[in-house]
Amino acid sequence: MRPVEIAPNVFEVGVRDWNIRDFHGYSTPAGTTYNAFLIRGETNVLIDTVKAEFTEELLSNIRAIMDPKDIDIVVSNHTEMDHSGGLPRIMAAVGQDKPLYCSKMGAKNLARHFRENWNLKEVSSSEEISIGSGRTLMFIETRMLHWPDSMFTYLKEDGILFSSDAFGQHYAGSEIFDDQMDMSELLFHAKKYYANILLPFSALIAKLLKAVGEMGLKLNMVCPDHGILWRKDPGVILDAYDRWSRQETQNKAVVIYDTMWHSTEMMADAIVSGLVEAGVEQVRPISVRRSHRSDIMTEIMDAKVVMVGSPTLNNQIFPALMDVLTYMKGLKPQGKIAAAFGSYGWSGEAVKLLNAELAGMGFELPEEGLRIQYVPERDQLTLCHGLGMRMGLRAQGREV
Amino acid sequence: MKYVCELCGWEYDPAEGDSEGGIAPGTAFADLPDDWTCPVCGAEKDQFSPA
Repeated sequence: MRPVEIAPNVFEVGVRDWNIRDFHGYSTPAGTTYNAFLIRGETNVLIDTVKAEFTEELLSNIRAIMDPKDIDIVVSNHTEMDHSGGLPRIMAAVGQDKPLYCSKMGAKNLARHFRENWNLKEVSSSEEISIGSGRTLMFIETRMLHWPDSMFTYLKEDGILFSSDAFGQHYAGSEIFDDQMDMSELLFHAKKYYANILLPFSALIAKLLKAVGEMGLKLNMVCPDHGILWRKDPGVILDAYDRWSRQETQNKAVVIYDTMWHSTEMMADAIVSGLVEAGVEQVRPISVRRSHRSDIMTEIMDAKVVMVGSPTLNNQIFPALMDVLTYMKGLKPQGKIAAAFGSYGWSGEAVKLLNAELAGMGFELPEEGLRIQYVPERDQLTLCHGLGMRMGLRAQGREV
Repeated sequence: MKYVCELCGWEYDPAEGDSEGGIAPGTAFADLPDDWTCPVCGAEKDQFSPA
């Protein structure tokens, strides 16, 4: 798409990756964008680039506004290759000796990624540079959000925050701004992004939001490096990040399971009916082999209860379920209660192993779990229903 | 005693020190200079906790 002027002399010059469906293990049914920004003035500034294979399109977007040689400084908010991959060709077009601003860790990372002799200018938090035309850039380090090098760039007088990977979404449509999109759809994509990328850094995000609040930055626009830009009401995404970073849960339960001959699935069904009867408002049964791990994680993020079911396969947990558990472990969800269940043929270790996995993630396990040999009978399904019921009541702080 | 970085998970092992930061093997965490930072993510010393 052609560049768009998002504020006077500020352009979005990035590209749309309409067809990407898997972003290193994250399913992206709506594609994504690699946003980059060009500020025109006494000093022309380019903020971030795009994935390497889209660099020609970025250059053509820049050329629609100015000759790349006229760019005076480049800012790299984040070294991950979807934002820095275009740097070698961009710096060649802009001029190898032009200043490239980045955080201290960014300088280290850029050197390791590209081994180029660039004119790296390390900046630290709150550092400002004047770019003429009455405009100032301020840098805010956001270490480990979500790489050591991450930072924000803030265009002070305009109140525009270029927030790198924070507040983004993997979404590529023709829309540019929040007010051009259905808000619930936009927030869904933003939530999935948070659950799959930023969740482990929630404590840091809570701190950052507080610090940014105390700095009293006016935020007319929040411009992430992926997806839609927030201009109508950036407060919507800031409030959402506030809730997500506190890992606030809903009256919600997720029942994830795999099944071999439908027995564990029957158990899951009975557990679901127990959860519903206990008054849990959102119950989400998910067969792990039919859903993508990144969608499962989006559902888990704001659930109070996580029920995990697996048959025992050769004395182990089913592999497809371990995939989800390994993924979940790294994302560090907090403040949840969990219970395990599963059917088995001969020895049935899965429930014990699941308990260890769930405890290792810091979930509270008020029940020892439920295992049933072969095909559940009616009274055994009643036991499953009871387990769902008790977990549902606990989730709501009600008497069991 | 080993210390772990709360930001990125890197572990400081006194037996190994931190060659990048010029810290010799055998240096206890408490003896690290105040301006020493995590070699991986740049976190300050007070962001480490006992492993």
